[in-house]
Amino acid sequence: MSEPIKQDTPAADGERRTFLKAGAAVAGAVVAPGVLLYGVSQARPPEEGASSKQRWGLLIDTTKCGGGCHTCVDACNAENGLDGKTGPQDPQWIRKVDIKDLRTGYVQSLPMMCQHCEHPPCVDVCPTGASMKRADGIVLVDRHICIGCRYCMMACPYKARSFVHEPLTDQNPEVPRGKGCVESCTLCVQRVDRDEQPACVEACTAEGHQAMIFGDLKDPQSAISQALKSVDSVEVRADLGLNTGVRYQGI
Amino acid sequence: MSNDFCTDLGQCRTKQFMTLLGIGGVVVLAGLYAFFTLEHHGHVLTGMNNQIVWGLPHVFAVFLIVAASGALNVASIGSVFGKPMYKARAPLSGMLALAMLVGGLAILVLDLGRPDRLVVAMTYYNFKSIFAWNMIFYNGFFAIVGLYLLTLMDRRLKLWSKPVGFIAFLWRLSLTTATGSIFGFIVARSGYNSALMAPMFIIMSFAYGLAIFMVVQSSMYRWNGLRLDENVRRRMKNLLAVFVGASLYFTIVFHLTNLYFAKQWDYERFILLDGGMYTFLFWVVQVFLGGIVPIILLFVPRSKDTEAMCFCFLAPSLVILGGLAQMYVTIIGGQAFPMNMFPGHQVSSSFYDGVVGTYAPTVWEWMLGLGGVGIAFVATVVAVRMFKFMPQDDFTELQMRRSTD
Repeated sequence: MSEPIKQDTPAADGERRTFLKAGAAVAGAVVAPGVLLYGVSQARPPEEGASSKQRWGLLIDTTKCGGGCHTCVDACNAENGLDGKTGPQDPQWIRKVDIKDLRTGYVQSLPMMCQHCEHPPCVDVCPTGASMKRADGIVLVDRHICIGCRYCMMACPYKARSFVHEPLTDQNPEVPRGKGCVESCTLCVQRVDRDEQPACVEACTAEGHQAMIFGDLKDPQSAISQALKSVDSVEVRADLGLNTGVRYQGI
Repeated sequence: MSNDFCTDLGQCRTKQFMTLLGIGGVVVLAGLYAFFTLEHHGHVLTGMNNQIVWGLPHVFAVFLIVAASGALNVASIGSVFGKPMYKARAPLSGMLALAMLVGGLAILVLDLGRPDRLVVAMTYYNFKSIFAWNMIFYNGFFAIVGLYLLTLMDRRLKLWSKPVGFIAFLWRLSLTTATGSIFGFIVARSGYNSALMAPMFIIMSFAYGLAIFMVVQSSMYRWNGLRLDENVRRRMKNLLAVFVGASLYFTIVFHLTNLYFAKQWDYERFILLDGGMYTFLFWVVQVFLGGIVPIILLFVPRSKDTEAMCFCFLAPSLVILGGLAQMYVTIIGGQAFPMNMFPGHQVSSSFYDGVVGTYAPTVWEWMLGLGGVGIAFVATVVAVRMFKFMPQDDFTELQMRRSTD
């Protein structure tokens, strides 16, 4: 004798739905980070650290850099949480410098920021080692051990560093900053570690100027290495022999 | 006990002592108040900015540190070079050196952006940094000069005073070399980047340290109603004149060297001709009031009473004033002059490239800087009160002279 097939009661139907919902949520919770982690794993794992097989650099073509254009500055400010004020005490990680040849009157405009030197004077003079150079050539300030002595600011030939003179609010969580510490361009290290371009380069390209090329100076196939082979580029204050990671074309 | 003549400073002139301590204490408290205010609000309250990153507090701090090493010179002449007159002044010299170093370092530390990280500064060392070496030299100075003072003041350790004094002498030379090199090693700026900085700081430390020693010594003698022996006075004023003359000589050579290199012409024109405040401070205060006038005062023959005034108080006071001006011109003038990133170009930017940096110290910086001087003053007053730092050689002689008067 066969048992009569039981009809689902409305209560049992509700339980199944709850089960399916919970199952979907659990599956989603398990799979979603997996997908995210897969994406992250395509970039350099954080525990691996920066590699000396790379050296990040910039080539700036001053002939393409627009005179009144501040796109790179605005992008840097937005990415790194700077308010964009330009008072004597306000930090500026990148600035547009206008230069005029005193003999010929030829005027140029160019972005100036930390030049990420191979032999950075700021790293040499820092008493605690807070000023440091990553293996991939990016010069940074370790904000945990910067005591705010400002000796690196005295030593930098490019005036690339700023001191935070007052308390900060609304910081970008990816770019922690703090009153009493020195800071400067990080080449948008948070973006570089995700295989992205620095904000200034991305903005300059988006604006159509194409005045900045970012890439690995040690990779002969990289766009920057190829460009450096074909054009004449210079370091600012080349007399100091610092072998900067940022080079300029057209000055 | 009579106030006229106190061999034991602990038993006399309590009222005056408390007054001095009170004045010094108020100055120190003002400095501490400035520190807490700056710590809370940040350096936005100072005149310092991203162009002039070291300001008035550093002028006082570096002056005190340089003068501290120079003040020890009196002891070194006694212990290392065996001059008895200076040997009698060695304890006072060592104590003054420690007091001024405490004051100078206090300013440096309290002016840090993150003074709460002092432990970091003490535990993380980048040995390539001359600044880190300075911290080692400062700490070592306390230990070595402290030990030196012990050998000078404890009879049982007297034998050790010569070797320890010799080490202290070498250490102080190293310390001032390192302090001068803080500026000398900066390749980025036209005003620094010179091998002459270290020896120039050493010779200037001789002058500033001896000047402060003479002012303190004169005050102590006057305090006790005594007159410094004429031989002592003559020798010390001659020595001060030599040091001031040598400082002027180094100043000339330093600027001539800069002028010789084409790249530094603009900087030299800035300091020597059209730097406004810096040019005034250089020529009028550093060179004339702090150099030429003291030498004239020290050598022009005068009647005995005015002689005492000029030799032992006025001339060294002017040297101190000139020293502070020299530090201001060196430290702030050196930063105010724009960095020459693009030779042959006129430069401008939103970050004040190509223009002379502006700087006006605020009241907080004065309070912090003078607070450090106050610390050195209070330490000296207390030390003089509690221990026998009065030079002992001519003391007995003067005592005898008094009794026969």
